[in-house]
Amino acid sequence: MDLSFILIQALNGLASASSLFITACGLTLVFGVTRIVNFAHGSLYMVGAYTAATLVPRLLEMSYGPATFWAGIVLSALVVGLIGILLEILLLRRIYRAPELFQLLATFGVVLVFQDLVVQIFGPQDILGPRAPGLRQPIEILGRRFPSYELALIIAGPIVLGAVWLLLRRTRFGILVRAATQDRDMVAALGVNQALLFTGTLFCGAFLAGLGGALQIPRVAANTGMDLSVIAECFVVTVVGGMGSVPGAFLAALIIGQLQAFGILIFPKSTLVVVFLLMALVLAIRPNGFFGRPEATGGSHVVGIASRAPVRSGPLLMIAVLVVLAALPLIADPYLLKVATEILILALFAFSLQLLIGVGGLVSFGHAAFFGLGAYGAALAVKWLEASMFVAVPSGLLLAGAGGALIGAFLVRLSGIYLAMMTLAAAQILYAVAFQWVDVTGGDNGIIGVWPPAWAGPRAIYYLLTLAVTAIALFGLTRLIDAPFGYALRAARDSEPRAESIGLAVRRHRWLAFVAAGAGAGLAGALYAFSRGSVDPSLLGIPTSVDALTMLLLGGIQALTGPLAGAAVLHALRDWIMPLTPFWRLLLGLSIITMVLIFPRGLVGTVFHGREERA
Amino acid sequence: MTLLEAKGLRKAFGGVVAARDVSLTVERGEMVALIGPNGAGKSTVFNMIGGQLRADAGSVLLDGVAITDATPQDRFRKGIGRTFQVAQAFLSMTVLENIQMALISRHREALRLWTPARERYREDALQLLAQVGMEGTANRSCAELAYGDVKRVELAIALAGDPKLILMDEPTAGMAPAERSALMELTDTMTRSRRLGVLFTEHDMDVVFGHADRVLVLLGGQIIASGPPEEIRRNPKVREAYLGDTHGLRPLLTSSP
Repeated sequence: MDLSFILIQALNGLASASSLFITACGLTLVFGVTRIVNFAHGSLYMVGAYTAATLVPRLLEMSYGPATFWAGIVLSALVVGLIGILLEILLLRRIYRAPELFQLLATFGVVLVFQDLVVQIFGPQDILGPRAPGLRQPIEILGRRFPSYELALIIAGPIVLGAVWLLLRRTRFGILVRAATQDRDMVAALGVNQALLFTGTLFCGAFLAGLGGALQIPRVAANTGMDLSVIAECFVVTVVGGMGSVPGAFLAALIIGQLQAFGILIFPKSTLVVVFLLMALVLAIRPNGFFGRPEATGGSHVVGIASRAPVRSGPLLMIAVLVVLAALPLIADPYLLKVATEILILALFAFSLQLLIGVGGLVSFGHAAFFGLGAYGAALAVKWLEASMFVAVPSGLLLAGAGGALIGAFLVRLSGIYLAMMTLAAAQILYAVAFQWVDVTGGDNGIIGVWPPAWAGPRAIYYLLTLAVTAIALFGLTRLIDAPFGYALRAARDSEPRAESIGLAVRRHRWLAFVAAGAGAGLAGALYAFSRGSVDPSLLGIPTSVDALTMLLLGGIQALTGPLAGAAVLHALRDWIMPLTPFWRLLLGLSIITMVLIFPRGLVGTVFHGREERA
Repeated sequence: MTLLEAKGLRKAFGGVVAARDVSLTVERGEMVALIGPNGAGKSTVFNMIGGQLRADAGSVLLDGVAITDATPQDRFRKGIGRTFQVAQAFLSMTVLENIQMALISRHREALRLWTPARERYREDALQLLAQVGMEGTANRSCAELAYGDVKRVELAIALAGDPKLILMDEPTAGMAPAERSALMELTDTMTRSRRLGVLFTEHDMDVVFGHADRVLVLLGGQIIASGPPEEIRRNPKVREAYLGDTHGLRPLLTSSP
């Protein structure tokens, strides 16, 4: 490793830092003012890339030259800025006061909508943009060739930083943005036109996302996976830098760029892991990032289950439901039984999340981590130890429980949005490990041949087995929630100072909640692995986490049985509608948005609430 | 032995010294008021004694045992109960469950996983509610209560820990006048009958002079006067401290016990 090589790697790091900063800067600006973590920021980035990759070649046909190229880039970013305005007016301004969980879910709904729309508008193929006129030749640095476009990117980062700095320091709009970042309510009290300020901020944020995406076209083909990969990196940058801090984002992007450039030399396959470990480390030392301030808001996450009088007919009803479910194999065909098995498993998965969110107020956005750990734990036991199902399923549960213990230990110091981001990061680390550690996990292909023993092979038997296991697990979790442990967890959610001053060890309770919820989700994951016969990294992905959240939201966070109903409805709908339309994600996204806006109580919650209102 | 003794407490936030060399004592069966204009450092001193803030220097002794660096949880176990300026109760639970939760924690059963919490210590909890006159609302959700009633529930929660000392941060803030005197009468009775020590901060001078056995005046992070209410009322330094703070000045000059 000689000097020139190190220099080139450092320059590579600077170039990716610049790109990352430009995009993440928009996210942090929007968060600072609106306090919304905009999941759809990655989608705006993707739209920027697609727009530029389509638009710039047309413009270059008309008049070839550097000016046309750069004008096309800026034009694409402007288009995305306009989309940002629409997004603010149509959705965001309706959810500024909603709990952060709903904000994250609603903006994730937008992600789903964009994923289908982009395919419809730009087609399913990746689009590689033209190379920048005037920057086509690599230049020589210490005898090594370096793409000159990368140099332009290195310069673009500081230019954007300077422009944003001028905007924030020298314009009235910028002063308002900074004031709102510090104290949104005070700015409102001073009679500032909130609507205009917020819409303007979204324009800036979306413009920067679009610019970040458009600048990528000579180096990366626009593709449909870029939204989630860039949003995960942007989350890391904004969290490490401190949410809402532009200089923080710049510093974090610089560090992460270099970490990626040199991390690849040390762990050739695990750059993602290194990046997320940095985030874990920074948050463990500084829970609000480099320059972030603690969230002054409290109680915004206090939505969840409340005490309810025990229903006398409850146990009887439960037994009746169990009997009906147990009788299902008498009438159902194998396909229906497969769907029913999956619904039971997903119900357990969603219910374990209810323990964290509904009971503990701990907004976990990465619950797939535990589901995937359970599935992989079981599959790895089968693959490497040739374990039977009765050893493999408990192994999955134990691995997920241990994962909950480890991840939970990092999480218990955090709160609110940082906790949500950190859970997401944890899931992404595991996703990266499963994806990149091919020798052990099989990488993208996963592990196949995870089948139950021959006698449990028939659908009906496996269904009954799953029913028995999930029923026992759900019963156990319900007892846990009604027991002093669950009450103490809820006490800490309702009022942390009060809980501490009656002697409750809040952090220990939360840590144990992560262990229990992790084990529950892990059990679900292990059962899922054996019902499908295989595992793959998508079980650990963001969409899996969002599935659990959607079930929770659909059923209702305020209702203990909500996630069970949510799992049944979502999975049944997906199974029924998905084969009929290419727009499943669009429909799902719009449904999530509709639920957040119109039925925040969910199905079960709405029914109960209606009954109470009438009573 | 003195119940609570704070010696030389000091706390600075950046360059601002919010409390310097604050020393105070509270005896059993005594109600001590900590007063001072806004920004005098009342909450800082209070939170150092309650364990929410760590003191830069000085020490806090309860029954002669140092608790300076103890967590709020430890202080609860050693016999300190507290109420908050903005009432803090578990709003998703019933009134009775709020008390039960405190009793469960006191008996170190918060990690139990099986028996339903609502069946633990019902009788004890009902008794405590009766003491603060709230037994009629036992099964109502805490979120439905009037603010004054939440403050009473808070007091019952504090009592559930069987405390020797109760810290009350602005116990009557946000309450109607009639509710105020009722709550303070209740506190007064508890203090005498259970031989508790009470340290409270307060803006309402009627409350201070009507119920405190001793008054401490805090200004600029320092105690400038301390003594029985009568003495404090006549103290020229105190009058000066409150000049300009009309909210505190008026009752200080006009009211009589």
